[in-house]
Amino acid sequence: MAWLLIALPLFAAAIAFATPSPTVRARILAVTGLLHLGALVGALRGWGTLPPDAWLGLDALGGWVLLVVSVLFLVCALYAPAYLELRPDRDHRIFTGSLLTFLAMASLLAQARHPGLAWVAMETTTLATAPLVYFNRNRRSLEATWKYLLIGSVGIALALLGTLFIAYAAQTGGLSEPLQYSRLMRESALLSKPWLRAGFVLSLVGYGTKMGIAPLHAWKPDAYGESPGIVGALLAGGVTSCAFLALLRIYAVVAAAGEAAFAQELLIGFGLLSMAWALVFMVRQADFKRLLAYSSVEHMGILVLGIGIGGNATRFALFHLAANALVKSVLFLSAGNIHRSYASKTLPFVTGAIRRTPVSGWLFLLGFLAITGTPPFAPFISEFNIAAAALNGGHVWIGAAFLLLLSAIFLGMSDTVLQVVFGTPSHERVRTPYKDTIATTAPLVGALVLALVMGLWLPRPLQEMLDGATRFLGGLP
Amino acid sequence: MLHDLLIALTMLTNFTLVATHRVQKSIQVAAFQGVLLGFLPLSMGLWRHTHVLLLAAATILVKGWLIPFLLRRAMRQVQIHREVNPYISYTLSLMLCALGTGISLVLAHNLPLKPGDAHGLFVPAALSTLFTGFLLLVSRRKALTQVVGYLVLENGIYLFGMLLVEQMPLLVETGILLDLFVGIFVMGIVINHIRAAFDSTDTLRMAELKD
Repeated sequence: MAWLLIALPLFAAAIAFATPSPTVRARILAVTGLLHLGALVGALRGWGTLPPDAWLGLDALGGWVLLVVSVLFLVCALYAPAYLELRPDRDHRIFTGSLLTFLAMASLLAQARHPGLAWVAMETTTLATAPLVYFNRNRRSLEATWKYLLIGSVGIALALLGTLFIAYAAQTGGLSEPLQYSRLMRESALLSKPWLRAGFVLSLVGYGTKMGIAPLHAWKPDAYGESPGIVGALLAGGVTSCAFLALLRIYAVVAAAGEAAFAQELLIGFGLLSMAWALVFMVRQADFKRLLAYSSVEHMGILVLGIGIGGNATRFALFHLAANALVKSVLFLSAGNIHRSYASKTLPFVTGAIRRTPVSGWLFLLGFLAITGTPPFAPFISEFNIAAAALNGGHVWIGAAFLLLLSAIFLGMSDTVLQVVFGTPSHERVRTPYKDTIATTAPLVGALVLALVMGLWLPRPLQEMLDGATRFLGGLP
Repeated sequence: MLHDLLIALTMLTNFTLVATHRVQKSIQVAAFQGVLLGFLPLSMGLWRHTHVLLLAAATILVKGWLIPFLLRRAMRQVQIHREVNPYISYTLSLMLCALGTGISLVLAHNLPLKPGDAHGLFVPAALSTLFTGFLLLVSRRKALTQVVGYLVLENGIYLFGMLLVEQMPLLVETGILLDLFVGIFVMGIVINHIRAAFDSTDTLRMAELKD
């Protein structure tokens, strides 16, 4: 089953690459998305029965992240045929192939039980997604692609050094390869502490660059701003979640070795800094796709902050991973629709979307309300519980700063969003053929409904999986 | 002692890399550094391990031949021969590189290394090569020389990996080399597009996107 999840999208990528017909190719995406999710749900039943020395396999944490990525991919894949039809001038052979390769690499990463293998998978997701950023084939997207590729590669190289440091920490303690995560965690008492700490710092910087936490996010606004909404959604909810998973695995080893306090201080620092940095750039942001990119910086900050606070917040940081991915897909895809309709993505050209593209306008507005923590959507649950965990756990100042930043970001973001959605439509507007259709809005509605349901009710097997993942992050293999 | 010689040579190539104006030469030197690193595990007397032999062969092939080939092809396509006006001048780069190497030696001396590794040159060489890679990445304006910087950075990490070479699983090593190769392949393609779109591979021109 482990291999199927990786081989299926790779095989589909090869077929899509070889298919001459654009319509068939776009449908391959949707079919693969469905099959992958189906296979994953089947494979998830066995997450508790993973042999400790396996190289590949789903555990609770990997299963949870891959489930999020797979659902997100399905939303994007169902949206893709209609979107690609809107861009008949673009050849999407490489685009489709890259999307599917990304899914395969995410499956490899989620199942990798060895830090080296996880690193290889993470680096490959960078390479697979770089051509996606260049979809528009103009100077701006080229600049964005170059930054994405170079900054991402350098960041991920540092993560490799961090991984080697951890292997060295094990070697110094007398452990020999193969060093699966479970083995590192079980024998964590033997690890050399200075090397382990240094390894964690480098992994945080490296995988943090891929997540786009401040101040390592330089590529993010450009890549999200210049690529199609569908790519923005996959980067903001998929690639970043994968990088977060790679970081969490290292964190679990550090926690098992009794060094969690050291790591948590760093995570809290990066988390609050990301939120503050994002806030500064969200205020008066005229480009609504860049606005979403800074919102992604903010939410990556919330994820690491949740882990940094620890306790109950760990569980809700993992919950937030799913909430963020779902709502971000709604936001990026509806932003993409509005962009198509106005042929622009900046104020003051884009105003009054609710009249011109009513469904996308509403979805964009609701997505904004959901991501900023309006009940009863899922992000509210996680943000509320992270704040509560901080306040109850003795981190009063951190909890207060968190709440203050959340409300400031709500205000900062609302300014641009409300103008885009409700402003008076500009007279000198460009005529475009785009109209909201079922195909370009139904997948978004589905994702939003899922985010709503998640905020109210989570099925028991998923809750158990979250519990398992939280235990893993407490340092229990 | 052969491996100390190879490492010392690697550290010297760092200085050549930061001082060279010609792109062709910097590609050559980076390739030479790759070959040195390929021979390194062999010089450590690890002939008996099959996977070390495979790693050495693959490193020489990828770092010494395939990647330089890709870079040279990109160089011909974009018609770039010289790095002009780097952000940090050549003299200053050389001085910084010397400083970085000195700091690496001191730093490595104070790291809690395993007793067997404490006197080797591996760690200082790894740190100084990493530093050189970063220096090239931030100080050069041409996209192609930035890629050389990335390659040198990876070489530094590879040097640190030498401490673990006997144990590292072959699967992981192969994956790392493959990713490096594909990464540089993709960067080469992007560089070619950059030249077509901007009429230059000067990354200074790419400054449309900002807040």
